[in-house]
Amino acid sequence: MKILVGYKRVVDYNVRIQVKSDGSGVVTDGVKLSANPFDDIALEEALRLREKGVAEEVIVVGIGPADLTAHLRNGLAMGANRAIHVVTTDAVQPLTAARVFLKLIEKEQPGLFIVGKQAIDDDANQTGQMLAALWDRPQATFAGKIDVSIESGATGKVTVTREVDAGLEVIEAELPAVITTDLRLNEPRFIKLPDIMKAKSKPIDSIEFASLGVEAHDHLKTTHYAAPAKRSKGVMVKDAAELVAVLKQKGLL
Amino acid sequence: MSKILVIAEHLDGKLNPSTARAVSAAIAVKPEAIDVLVLGDSVDAIAADAAMIEGVSRVLTVARAENAHPLAAVLAPQIAKAADGYSHVFAPSTTFGKDVAPRVAALLGVAQVSDVMSVEASHTFKRPIYAGNAIITVEANADHAVVATIRTASWPAANSGSNSAPIEALTLDVTLPTHTRFIELKQGSSDRPDLQSAGKVVSGGRGVGSKENFEIIYKFADKIGAAVGASRAAVDAGYVPNEMQVGQTGKIIAPALYMAIGISGAIQHLTGIKDAGTIVAINKDGEAPIFEIADIGLVGDLFKIIPELEQTLG
Repeated sequence: MKILVGYKRVVDYNVRIQVKSDGSGVVTDGVKLSANPFDDIALEEALRLREKGVAEEVIVVGIGPADLTAHLRNGLAMGANRAIHVVTTDAVQPLTAARVFLKLIEKEQPGLFIVGKQAIDDDANQTGQMLAALWDRPQATFAGKIDVSIESGATGKVTVTREVDAGLEVIEAELPAVITTDLRLNEPRFIKLPDIMKAKSKPIDSIEFASLGVEAHDHLKTTHYAAPAKRSKGVMVKDAAELVAVLKQKGLL
Repeated sequence: MSKILVIAEHLDGKLNPSTARAVSAAIAVKPEAIDVLVLGDSVDAIAADAAMIEGVSRVLTVARAENAHPLAAVLAPQIAKAADGYSHVFAPSTTFGKDVAPRVAALLGVAQVSDVMSVEASHTFKRPIYAGNAIITVEANADHAVVATIRTASWPAANSGSNSAPIEALTLDVTLPTHTRFIELKQGSSDRPDLQSAGKVVSGGRGVGSKENFEIIYKFADKIGAAVGASRAAVDAGYVPNEMQVGQTGKIIAPALYMAIGISGAIQHLTGIKDAGTIVAINKDGEAPIFEIADIGLVGDLFKIIPELEQTLG
């Protein structure tokens, strides 16, 4: 079977985000961009499933401007067989992303669509769930462990251990299905130099957003960006006795 | 006028306090009605709890065997159907709400506002992005329903007890999928206060050093009646189970007292505790970032300080 992996490019997680003083956005000029860490985990899991013989082909899919190809090459260098680039200069919100991915699914007929549980820029945590709804297929969000058993082709089932507030929930879903990945699912591999060379010859299929027939129907309008309220710097105490005294004074102990 | 449907979260026949927090956010919209929807196999006790929350107009229940466990694929079509006629659908931004709400939004063909921190107007909300490093104001289209998840740490639980909203059973004509099945839930058994609603929380980090050493955190927490949390590093290292993780990808909490012990304070952890009343940091590294946001800091060896704290408390 094929596995499609949603692979988003975001501001690198080590960058300290600065809000523009006029509240029109965050500073992104000259800021380092990287793969969304949760999507790297999604890709790693897809590659491991291919290495186990569960899948034959891993395809990374991204939506973004022309220069997104460099990012998709990283996914290819990590080990994906090929990439699909849906080209648009517009910012895409989760519902639109899900509609785009559904179009790609209709074309590719994968057994699994794996994507990070959230992107660390908008922190929306929506795309996988929305895609599963539009596709009318199972969703297994916040995956910490995945076991796939294939009957034939793309039919089979997946057992997923989900990291939920109450503990670990195990569910079983028929394929095809959508899985969103949590942090502890795996540790993504590092890209080696020879892999970067090899990735140069792997295919990236470019599709114009407009040609997919997806209505970019984004309903949310961001009107203002602000820096979060800062907590004021506190006091240092010298020992346990003083700490207890301060907490008692505040009525906290 | 606004009419809000709040999706109840529950487990083992009990209403989760996150529901009353979502009701608080609903009240802030100043709607003409707030109805709570309870989907379960056995709903009576949960519905009775929900009916007591102040501000709730009606409690609607759907009792079906398929609703025994919170499977998003099963619940979402029922919620989407029940949402007919409502201007807003709210769910708590817990793993339950995060799982099901986007599926509902997609079925309704509308965008979702995740992690609502404040309500500015009926369709205008504030929410965090970039792990809380920026707060955006978003406007949803008022021509159709708004689906939103409510950042529970930003909202107090609506008062409970004085209300007795009517409870009505709903019959929804929806075909439910059978492609997703619940197998089991492995949850730690604990007599300690619930991490997400506790007034006091004691958390340990990598500095605690091992699963065995974590006993010192449990013991101290029990002494002051606190829930126990942990940093991602402590969970990744296997000291404690995942459900104890506090931070961007774990639980976002707002206790009156938060004690971070042996936690350096990665930005992802700080995201989870920003709304705490008083933050206490105990760390042997005086340069640790946790001291930047702590209200009270104490530099030193936790294995020496915690016994001293216990001794001082008597």
